[in-house]
Amino acid sequence: MKFGKMKTQRRNRLFALVFIVLGVGSAVTLALNALNENINLFYAPDQIVSGEAPVGQLIRAGGMVSNGSIERSTTDLKVHFKVSDLNGSTFTIQYEGVLPDLFREGQGVIAKGRLDATGMFLAEEVLAKHDENYMPPEVLGVLEKNAVTAHADNQDSTL
Amino acid sequence: MIAELGHFSLILALGLAICLTVIPALGVYHSRVIWMRLSHSLSMGLFVFVLLSFACLTNAFLADDFSVAYVARNSNTALPIQYKISAVWGAHEGSFLLWILIMAGWTLAVSLFSGGLTVDMRARVLSVMGALSIGFLLFLLLTSNPFDRSLPVFPKEGSDLNPLLQDFGLIVHPPMLYMGYVGFAVPFAFAIATLSSGRLDSAWARWSRPWTNAAWACLTIGITLGSWWAYYELGWGGWWFWDAVENASFMPWLVGTALIHSLAGSEKRGVFKSWTVLLAIFAFSFSLLGAFLVRSGVLTSVHAFAVDPERGIFILVFLVLVIGSSLILYAIKASNIRSEAGFDLTSRETLLLVNNLLLAVAAMAVLLGTIYPLIYETMTGGGKISVGPPYFNTVFVPIVLLLFIPMAISPRSRWKKTSLDRLLLAQVWPLLSALLIVNGLILALAPAYNVVVAAIASIALWILINLALDWKNKVVNKSTRSRGFTLAALFSPGWSYFGMLLGHAGIAVALLGVLITVYFSEEKDVRMGPGDVVTLSGYDFKLNKIAKVQGPNYIADEAEIEITLEGEYIVSLYPQKRFYSAGGSLMTEADMDVGLFRDLYVALGEPINDSDWAVRVHYKPFVRWIWWGGMLIALGGLITILDRRYRTRRAPATVRANSTASAEGIPYGQG
Repeated sequence: MKFGKMKTQRRNRLFALVFIVLGVGSAVTLALNALNENINLFYAPDQIVSGEAPVGQLIRAGGMVSNGSIERSTTDLKVHFKVSDLNGSTFTIQYEGVLPDLFREGQGVIAKGRLDATGMFLAEEVLAKHDENYMPPEVLGVLEKNAVTAHADNQDSTL
Repeated sequence: MIAELGHFSLILALGLAICLTVIPALGVYHSRVIWMRLSHSLSMGLFVFVLLSFACLTNAFLADDFSVAYVARNSNTALPIQYKISAVWGAHEGSFLLWILIMAGWTLAVSLFSGGLTVDMRARVLSVMGALSIGFLLFLLLTSNPFDRSLPVFPKEGSDLNPLLQDFGLIVHPPMLYMGYVGFAVPFAFAIATLSSGRLDSAWARWSRPWTNAAWACLTIGITLGSWWAYYELGWGGWWFWDAVENASFMPWLVGTALIHSLAGSEKRGVFKSWTVLLAIFAFSFSLLGAFLVRSGVLTSVHAFAVDPERGIFILVFLVLVIGSSLILYAIKASNIRSEAGFDLTSRETLLLVNNLLLAVAAMAVLLGTIYPLIYETMTGGGKISVGPPYFNTVFVPIVLLLFIPMAISPRSRWKKTSLDRLLLAQVWPLLSALLIVNGLILALAPAYNVVVAAIASIALWILINLALDWKNKVVNKSTRSRGFTLAALFSPGWSYFGMLLGHAGIAVALLGVLITVYFSEEKDVRMGPGDVVTLSGYDFKLNKIAKVQGPNYIADEAEIEITLEGEYIVSLYPQKRFYSAGGSLMTEADMDVGLFRDLYVALGEPINDSDWAVRVHYKPFVRWIWWGGMLIALGGLITILDRRYRTRRAPATVRANSTASAEGIPYGQG
């Protein structure tokens, strides 16, 4: 009787162990696969200009919106603007839709989208930030690399 | 002066926290009951001084004392009074003070409502909580003092609270969320206390359960409120973004959910004990990890907290200390833990085990996606990536769908052993009727048939049918035993049972909401001038006019949009684009028509020329069900606390008496 109980217990433990190993294994495979397919690399303006960034692939890019570069279509919601690293590299982003509240000239932005063959960045999404003083870390990195840190000490907190 | 008083109270609170950690612990070590009993008054003192400090900061906001740098950065004379109060926790320093206040509140609550605990156990628990308070208070005092003055030159006017935070959401969301985060410190402290005492019995699970449920319910409310707030405030109409900070609150929720389930097994059957202790440690560790991710600025997020490496390093060190020391303690002591009972492969215990495993895997998947940008940056030497919603959806959704299977059948299962035939046979009719009803409803009412929607909606209904049948069985059994149906029989299963019922029903409701919102929402960004009409899901949105309006501390462009359905007037909406003059910031204030079955949602984009505006319109079917579901889940967690078996019972006065109580636990079971 006692032996039988032990056996059941041991068998249960084995089942549980196999189940856990299989479950965790498949979850990890699934997760790593999904990660591989869904990470979006960030490219700085100079990488886009030099052709280092892939064409037609979903990527992120960003920098400072150049002054006087925002052009709106007169018929729909299309908008073009230039983004620069304040160090000579500039590229154009095209977007259609409602821009975030804090989007304006001289502001750091990040866009998610694809480069077309002409070097134009077709944005699917222009990222919004909650705080006007907040600088996306990626853009900050680009500026710091170029030793332009004018806005860097200006960061503050919000929830 | 008052700000200095606040600062001084914080330092006193730190002193009391140190005493609270050391004295009761020494009392336990030397078996001095008087020292252990001191934990009670020390918790009281800690709470009073933190409260005083909090009141001082609130006073600084109400009195517009802009010589306090934190007030100057986050307030303004024109700010309405309710936002001056909520601005206290509107940014990093003050919100962490709120965190500490809530920590002190939970500590006091444990000391007040733990009559069932033995004196030494209470001393141990409160000592652990005191140690956590030391860490939090040091963090605030050393790296983020909210009472810092900018003297002698200070601004005459504050630079205003971020307009997005000038909202009812800020008043309720952070306090509830922190109640949840910090609340997990209680089961954590219980786990550490039992590990150190070496008495890991069922009584421990019974003490820990109501506290865990309460903290978990608060976290559920906090997350639900956050989702609702983001939906109406950000103007994107989204209710979940898989943003790093959302994930930071979601991971402890997932682990906490696993914890409340494994605690059920530990209390009623004495199983999974060491696993439960580990979960209690991890639930709180994930809360701390969340605090680290949010406040160190290492991750890109829509929630932009202060970026200060010093703070990040402090929390990281604290995190490593807490997790490291508790895991070492666990490694030393956990081998002594023995499960009291075995169980069959087909039993409620197994279903709970599956639930726990899936929840743990889900939490790990979310963790991986959240910190992968950090891992990648370290491995590639500075490469920047982001992990978007597609990753989370691909990984998380299948895990959760699997989770619904044990969830649906578990109410019909039994502890210890249920025959497989019985378990499966009992599911034939619920599953068939769920499929029939859902497909019938879709064919009769929905515009299009979608297999995925039909399948998942059937799962939701399947869960609900099983819950209803289980309740019915319980009532019938009771009525048979007491010869005749009474109203009392209807409520005989007890609060704990109804908590489970409500919680699971809430999941089904939220699941339906998510499903229908995801599959049938419609959204358009359009350019509109006065008189223009846009049609969405049959509704005509007509822009009548746009005019300027004046608010208390802003000016706004307000549109009037008239919505009709097949020519019949439904409602007029007035979305605004606000300009807050104090901070010079612009904000979208969406307007919506709220309904049980659909929301109509309009947000203004930007002006394109003198007459035309960019406008975003949404049709969101069943979106409210997500939050009502969330609230039901939380309510379920809260009412379990009312259960009779958690009522305070005075412990015997002797210190070591509780080990005899360990044989209890099973008689209270109902299943």
